[in-house]
Order: sequence, then C-alpha cells, then structure tokens
Amino acid sequence: MFKKVFSGIVAAAMAMTLTNAAMAADKIVKIDGSSTVYPVTEAVAEEFQKAKKGAIKVTVGISGTGGGFKKFCRGETDISNASRPILDQERKLCKENGIEYIELPVAYDGMAIMVNPANTWVKSVTVADLKKMYEPAAQGKITRWNQVRPEWPDAPLRLYGAGVDSGTFDYFTEAIVGKAKSSRGDFTSSEDDNVLVQGIATDKYALGFFGVAYYEENKDKLKLVPVVNPHTGKPVLPSEQTVKDGSYQPLSRPIFIYINYKSIDKPEVKEFVEFYMKNGAKLSKQVGYIPLPGDIYKKSLERFNKKEKGTVFHGAEVGIKVEDLFKTKPEM
Amino acid sequence: MKNMEDIKSKIAKRKIFNNIFAIIGLLSTMVGLALLVTLFIDLAIDGTPRLSYKFFTSFPSRFPDEAGILSAWVGTCLVMLVTASAAIPIGIGAGIYLEEYARKNWFTSIIEININNLAGVPSIIYGLLALGLFVYFFNFGESILTAGLALALLILPMIIMAVREAIRAIPNSIREASYALGSTKWQTVRNHIIPYSTGGILTGIIIGLSRAIGETAPIITVGALTFIAFLPPSPVSGEFPFINFKWLLAPFTVMPIQMFSWVSRPQQGFHLNAAAAGMILLVMTLAMNAIAIYLRYKFRKKVKW
Repeated sequence: MFKKVFSGIVAAAMAMTLTNAAMAADKIVKIDGSSTVYPVTEAVAEEFQKAKKGAIKVTVGISGTGGGFKKFCRGETDISNASRPILDQERKLCKENGIEYIELPVAYDGMAIMVNPANTWVKSVTVADLKKMYEPAAQGKITRWNQVRPEWPDAPLRLYGAGVDSGTFDYFTEAIVGKAKSSRGDFTSSEDDNVLVQGIATDKYALGFFGVAYYEENKDKLKLVPVVNPHTGKPVLPSEQTVKDGSYQPLSRPIFIYINYKSIDKPEVKEFVEFYMKNGAKLSKQVGYIPLPGDIYKKSLERFNKKEKGTVFHGAEVGIKVEDLFKTKPEM
Repeated sequence: MKNMEDIKSKIAKRKIFNNIFAIIGLLSTMVGLALLVTLFIDLAIDGTPRLSYKFFTSFPSRFPDEAGILSAWVGTCLVMLVTASAAIPIGIGAGIYLEEYARKNWFTSIIEININNLAGVPSIIYGLLALGLFVYFFNFGESILTAGLALALLILPMIIMAVREAIRAIPNSIREASYALGSTKWQTVRNHIIPYSTGGILTGIIIGLSRAIGETAPIITVGALTFIAFLPPSPVSGEFPFINFKWLLAPFTVMPIQMFSWVSRPQQGFHLNAAAAGMILLVMTLAMNAIAIYLRYKFRKKVKW
C-alpha cells in the first residue's frame, strides 16, 4: 500500500512539471459547440481521420452553441459548432479577447411540428396558431385545443418542445414568438429529443416541435403537421426539397461552423475545413440532415480561402436563405 | 383451560406479526434487487447483440453498427487510475489523522462536520471547483488529470468517513496493549490500526470508486469530449525511461458521456449501443463491488485478536 501511495505522489509531481507544450507536438483540431451540429461534424471528423490515417487528430465536444462560443471566444477551440448565428454579446466577447473568425454554413436543419398519429383534426398549423400556443401570454390560459382554433375539439392541449438551453429552442421562439428564448414556461421541454418523441407518441392530445431527423427515425409513432408558409399561404411539409427551395419557412435554418482566424495558419485546421466543405453534402445527408443547395459548399470554400472574416448576421435572423449569405460581405 | 386458549391465541397473533414483518423486510429487499435485475435484463435484451470484440476495439462512428467504446473505456480506466492514486493516500491519511492523532477540540469538530457535509454536496459543484482550480489556475487543461482529480475530490469525503468507521471499530484494548509494550503511535498505526482496518478501508475505497466511475456531471464540466477517435499516449513505452506521464494531459471521454451522447441520437441503432455500453458500465461497477466483498472477507479472516 505504501508503494502505491508513493507512486501516486510521484505521478502527481511528474504531472506538475509537464507543460501543455508536450501535447502541442500532436496535430489536434479542437472542436466544440452545438449538439445539433455535432452529428455532421462527427461524421466529417471520422472520415477525415480515416483519410489522414491518424496523422491528424480531431476532437469534438458538445457544450451547446452558447457554451461552445464561450470556449471559442477564449481561444480554447479551433472550430465552434453553432446551430444559430453568433449573437451580439458573443461577438463582443470575441472582440475583447482578440479572437476573429470565419463563418461557414454546413447544412440545413428543419424543425418539425408533430402530433400523435391518432390526432385527426390538425390538417395544418400557421405561425399565428403556434404563437398562440407557445407565447408567454399563453401560460396557464391556452390549455385546450379549441382555444387555438374553434373548429378543433374541446380537449386538453399538451405541448412539448426542445430544451430551453438549445439553439433549437432559441430559433423556434425567434421564428414563432418573435423574440428569442421567449415562451410559456409550462410545456414539457427536454434536451433529449427522444423523450419528446416518447411523450407525443403516447399522448393523443400532444403537439411538439423538434429536429426533422428525429421524425425520420420515428415515422410510425408520430404524425408530421404541415406549416403554412406566411408568404405563400400554402401549408408545407418539411422535406429535403421544401427546405432546400426555401418554401418550408420559417422553421428551417442553416447551421454553421465558426473557424478561429488564427487557427487557419495551422495546416491541419485548414485541411480539415477544406475536407468539410468538399464532403459536407454527402456526409450531412448520411446523418439525417439536409445538405445545402448546389454550389454553396464551393462558395463557402472560396470564402474560406479568401479568408473573409466576420459574420453576415446582425443578431438572430429568421427566414434567411443560404444563398443570401453570400450576397453581403461578412464583417467583424 | 380457557386461560390456556387465551395464551395460545396471543402467541398466534404475535407469530403473525412476526411473519408480517419478515415479509415486509423481504419485499423491501426484493424491490431494490428486482429493480436492478429488471434494469440489467432490459439493457441486456437491447445491448447483448451489440457486444462483440469489435465493440470494445472501435472508436465512435456515425454508423451505429461500426461505433464502439474504445476511447470511452480506456478513458474511464485512466481517469479511475488518477482518481485512485490521488484519493486513496489522501483519504487514508486524513482518516487516520482524525481518528488517531487529532485532539478532540472545536477545530477538529468543525473539520468533521465539514467532511460529513462535503459527502452530500452535489457532484456538479465539484466539477465547477475543478474547472476553476485545475483547468484555469493550475493550467492542467481539459485532461485526464483534471477529470481524475475532480472525481478524487468528489469521493474523498466518502473514503475519509469509511476509513474512520473502520478504525473506530478496532477495540481500544488493542491500542493500549500496543502502547503497553512500548510502541510509538506510528508503530501502533503501522502494525495494528492499518492492518486491522484494511477490510473496511478497502470497502470504502471501492464504493467511492464505483460512484466515481458513473459520474457524468463533473466530467462534462471540466470538458470531456464526445467524439475522440484516438487514444492517449501509452503510459508504458519500449525506450527509456519506459514510463511516461504524457497521457495525463491528453483529451479524453468516459463511458457515461459516450452513453449519454448515444441516447440522445435519433437513430435506434445508437440506443442499442447505449444499452450495450450501459451493461458494460454496470458490469464494471458490480465487478468492483465483488472485489470489495472478497477483499473484506479475506482480510477479516486474517485478523486474529
């Protein structure tokens, strides 16, 4: 036992004398951020490491979009996954620490509105219906289906939704209520979307929102609800086609990676991003996401190679088409 | 005769109560046991088909069938190694000091109360402490070392308490006999206290480590990763000095985090992987407990007063 004690002390002492420089010898691309973007980046990281035969190492964490930006703006990561554009306060934080970045879209994520298959009355919903259900003023008041639309039955309305710390929730509230993070508090929310799937699948009077990928895997347990496009007035179901051509609005959005400007000088990071843009279409589709249309990956790669730093967004914006991202020049 | 009947019926009544209590006790035991067994069977039904040599030797992947737990179980083992080498000596040292050396005064009472309270502090708090202390202040980074030390802090109060309980169980006459023969305090501790309490101490250590192995919150706080498809540098190498400590500062993931990441994926295949990983984690914990029971039995047999 005393040998063990001694060796423990020696181990601790040795560790103290080691510096992080010892690790820097390895080529590591450090990525963190959104759990929504994670499956895409994981797929790219997996293929990239295979292609490089282990010469370059990639690590991916899930701290959430906000948590990822915190680390990114401290300069701890090379790339940050983000399911929404960078916010003003995060831009400020990065600026204070002298961190500059390049913003690239990597795929589309559609949010689906879902009900129980036994629900026969909902043919489609409008943004106004959803707002009526989820806005803060609905708390404790809108509790029955016929309060939303008189033709719907006089039955309890039970709401589900993505966890309040997720970028999905931020985007949904921005798109529906008009203000990010603003919603009623009395609905069932979970960071684990499978919990929501189970909830809706077993409750005839449920309605909820979460990522399309979760619907794809549970088609037999859930019913997808068309959302009325506010511009055309037509109900639209989320699909690869309708998300790509922009008719499934406002509940589809591009997801992003942010690359630390200084990290581009590291050949391993540059190679990784190039690999990402070249294989992004194929890999995002494999993991259940909707690839960006046409030549967007090429345009992104161009933007990356030209080192155009900054973001094209001014806070959270809804209904932006990914083509529009390349009409304006990004700024810090 | 009537009196006799009376007594008989009273005895019968008491026997009924006796049996009722035995049944309640049995049921209570069964609840815990049945829950564990049901959980394990449920995991086994989902997870067993995924168990194969490949599952242990593959890195995470976007294809559920190809994904494995190599980086997770290696990470868990290394983190546990750090936790054990930090928590065991400190825990035993503190326990022996408080029981054998410390004078009973208000200061040691405060320490005692605090240690008892620390055992009940939520684990995420230890994660935040570790983030501030080890990651930023000591600059250990988001490494195996940081995670191991965070978990060591978490289980330290448990180990200290177990050590004290074990030492307290040794009758005072043993100490008195040792002093009567002219032993110093250290000789008494070295030759009597530690050997006699080893069984209890080991139990405490292993219960502490079994708790640490399943912890997720503090590990996520200090920055464990989710996708990591390489192993830390090997602690043993072919050239001088044969051992290195580079692995201590390597990035890592652990079993519970890998499970958590799989459970939250949409594809059914990942859920099966999570069940298989859960089963392995459960087996690891049960194995540790089995070792504790065996060691306790072995050391108890050795003690002859």
